Amino acid sequence: MGPRPFLAQAMSALLMLAALLVPAWAQAQSFPALTGPVVDAANVIPDDQEARIAQKVVALKTQSQRQLQVVTVSSLEGYDIADYANRLFRDWQLGDKERNDGVMLLVAPGERKLRIEVGYGMEGTVTDAISFLVINKVIVPKFKEGDMPGGIEAGTDALIKQMSLPAEEAQKAAAEASVSRDSGVSFDPALMFWLVIFLLFFVLPMIRRIAGGRRYESSGVGQVILWSVLEGMARGGSSGGGGWSSGGGGGGGWSGGGGSSGGGGASGSW
Amino acid sequence: MSAFPTNFARAAIVATAAVSLAGCGINAIPTAEEQAKAKWADVQAAFQERANLIPNLAAVTKGAGANEKGILMGVTEARAKATSIQVNAADLNDPAKMKAFQDAQNQLGSGIGRLLVSVEAYPNIKSNDNYLALQSQVEGSENRIRVAIRDYNEAVRQYNTEIRTFPSVVGAKVIYGSKPMVPYEAATPGAEVAPSLEGKI
Repeated sequence: MGPRPFLAQAMSALLMLAALLVPAWAQAQSFPALTGPVVDAANVIPDDQEARIAQKVVALKTQSQRQLQVVTVSSLEGYDIADYANRLFRDWQLGDKERNDGVMLLVAPGERKLRIEVGYGMEGTVTDAISFLVINKVIVPKFKEGDMPGGIEAGTDALIKQMSLPAEEAQKAAAEASVSRDSGVSFDPALMFWLVIFLLFFVLPMIRRIAGGRRYESSGVGQVILWSVLEGMARGGSSGGGGWSSGGGGGGGWSGGGGSSGGGGASGSW
Repeated sequence: MSAFPTNFARAAIVATAAVSLAGCGINAIPTAEEQAKAKWADVQAAFQERANLIPNLAAVTKGAGANEKGILMGVTEARAKATSIQVNAADLNDPAKMKAFQDAQNQLGSGIGRLLVSVEAYPNIKSNDNYLALQSQVEGSENRIRVAIRDYNEAVRQYNTEIRTFPSVVGAKVIYGSKPMVPYEAATPGAEVAPSLEGKI
């Protein structure tokens, strides 16, 4: 029972250190927290409508694996909306790490500005011109009438329509997603290299030395070491292979999947 | 059992050598360098995307009956010049080449800006959907250029810091002979700000 409390203590100390370090690094600019498909930090969408929009966005995620994010902020803190949107998008890491298939609809009622920010992988689907049309033909007319929630919902609908996949492609995407979720184990080549060095220079001589004296016990000890190393390797590899974000289910588990954006999309004002 | 200390010492030396080599930035320097080069490729791609929009821009301008031959010619020339000057990844630490590239791109950027402003004066063009879509593409490409430049400058900053700080500075001087890379600077104030669409719709 000796080493257990020590290990637990070391782990919790490490976790605390990480918790201290991460916010300090991320808070160069203050962004709202990514709490769900609709982050209404400016509080302009009524709750029932917000739930309805969130439901549609989650349905899109289930159907196509693509991540649409709706967000309102009370202030852009003096930044240009394109700049703010890009930084927020990257802070939240919207979309999948490999496919970069996130899209964000950002509304800043204080500045009367809005933007559709498109991840790298969606630039061919939600082009700048389409983003521009969604903003200026769908959303802005409603905003001008004073119907902000209606404009946001209509814009979300238009984006969902653009981002949805045809039925058979959707099935393929869903199948691939469930496969990639299961096969998370991957080997880091650098780790492999060092392990081989370790085996050759440390473990092998040790086994030989022990084997020189007592032949029978040796293979057992050697195998135990070998297997524990291999096991550690597999475990280390699988934790590094992340990048899948849950979000198919209900409220919980909505998060970014490591995606990024290169400034695609369009901005507008009303 | 007498072999144990020497064996152990040998293994320890191998391990220490490997770790200290890694500490000299033998991996970190090329990683940072390749990162910056890749980001530079993104910058060039973003500029190329803008240059590719110009034929469409010219066509729409002519189609709308705008008579802006002088400006159009200037833009076409600036485009030819800008696409002819390329900075490949090996020249990223050459300030003169970077300057020439930046000047050419800035000239093209201001030419496009002038064309858009003068075209605004024609009443029938504001209702032209093709033109509006094209204008949004120009704005989008300016925005992408700005993001690409920001990413490139950040990668350059990391690379330059890496090769000038301990312990990587040892590897940078002894093994690689690394020179600092040149960040992309906006020559005229506000040159990287995308043209605004405000009040133009």
